[in-house]
Amino acid sequence: MEFSEEQLKRYSRHIILPEVGGKGQKKISGSKVLIVGAGGLGCPVGYYLAAAGVGTIALVDNDHVELSNLQRQIAHSVKTLGVNKAESAKQTFEALNPDVNVIAVKERISSKNILDLIRDYDIVVDGTDNFPTRYLINDACVMLKKPLVSGAILRFEGQVTTILPGEGPCYRCLFEEPPPAGLVPSCQEAGVLGVLPGVIGALQATEVLKLIIGKGSPLKGNLLIYDALGVNFRKVRIPKNKDCPACGSDPKIKELTDLPEEYCSI
Amino acid sequence: MKLILNGNETEFSDDLTVAGLLKNLEIEPVRVAVEVNLNILKKCDFKKHVLKDGDAVEIVNFVGGG
Repeated sequence: MEFSEEQLKRYSRHIILPEVGGKGQKKISGSKVLIVGAGGLGCPVGYYLAAAGVGTIALVDNDHVELSNLQRQIAHSVKTLGVNKAESAKQTFEALNPDVNVIAVKERISSKNILDLIRDYDIVVDGTDNFPTRYLINDACVMLKKPLVSGAILRFEGQVTTILPGEGPCYRCLFEEPPPAGLVPSCQEAGVLGVLPGVIGALQATEVLKLIIGKGSPLKGNLLIYDALGVNFRKVRIPKNKDCPACGSDPKIKELTDLPEEYCSI
Repeated sequence: MKLILNGNETEFSDDLTVAGLLKNLEIEPVRVAVEVNLNILKKCDFKKHVLKDGDAVEIVNFVGGG
C-alpha cells in the first residue's frame, strides 16, 4: 500500500524516526492487534494504537459503560453510558483515526471462543480485570504461539510483561496458579488511581509497536513493576520454568478450561 | 544477614525462612510469588527455604485488575 498525502502528514512524526520510517509505518498499518478488555488498560492501549495507525484493532468486552468507569477509562464518556464498552471505544478510536478498522467484539471471552478470536491477530493485549481470563489468555497464546503484552493494575501498582511463547517465560512461569478466589482484591474493592492504567497502558502500547516494527528489546523474561507512590520502576527477571504447566517441556495443560465464576469477583 | 530485597540491600536476622520473611514484612503468602536468586519458589517450599546472606529476593504481588 502507498500512503496518501493526508496519511504522510498524520504519521510524519513516526516516519521521520529512523527506527520507524515509511517501512515501519507500513508494518504498523498492516498489523492486527486484539485487545481483551476495553476498560482501564484497553482504553489507553487502543487509543494510542489507533493514533499510531495500527491497521486493525479488535476490542473484546461484554461489559457496559458505567459512571464509575469514567475516572480512568478514557475512551468512554457520559455520552456512552450504558453502551457496550467495545462499541463505545470503537466510536472514540474511529473518530480519532478513520484509517483504523476497529472491530467491537461484544462477547465475554471464554475457553470456547478464545482460540477463534485470537487466531487471525498478530499480537494479543491483556487488559482484563480478572484472574481466570488472565490465565485463559496466557494459555491460549502459548498454544497458538501468539505474542502477548500483558498489563495489570491495582491501587498504586502496575505490572507489564511481554510474553513471546517459545522464546521466553509465560505468565504461569511466575504465577503458576491463580490466587485463591477472593483473596486478591479487585479495583472495585480496593481502588485504583485513575491515571495508573494510563501509565501501564502506554507501556503496553509501546511494547506492541516495538514488536510490530521489530525494533528495540521486548520486555520478555522480565516483569516491569511500577509503584506510583514511590515513583519506582522495578524490573524483575523471570526465568522460564521447564516444568511450567503451560509452556514447560511436558505441559500439563493440553486444553483450555474456564475457572469457576467466583474467581471473577476481581 | 543482608538480603537484596526487591533490589534494595536490607538487614534481617539470620536463619530466616521465606515464610518467616513474609511474616516479618506482614505479607500474606498466597498473595505473592517469591523469587530467590532468579529461582521462582513453589508455595509449598516457603516454610522450608532458609535464606542466606546475600540472597537476592524478589517479592511480586498478584495484580489482576485492568
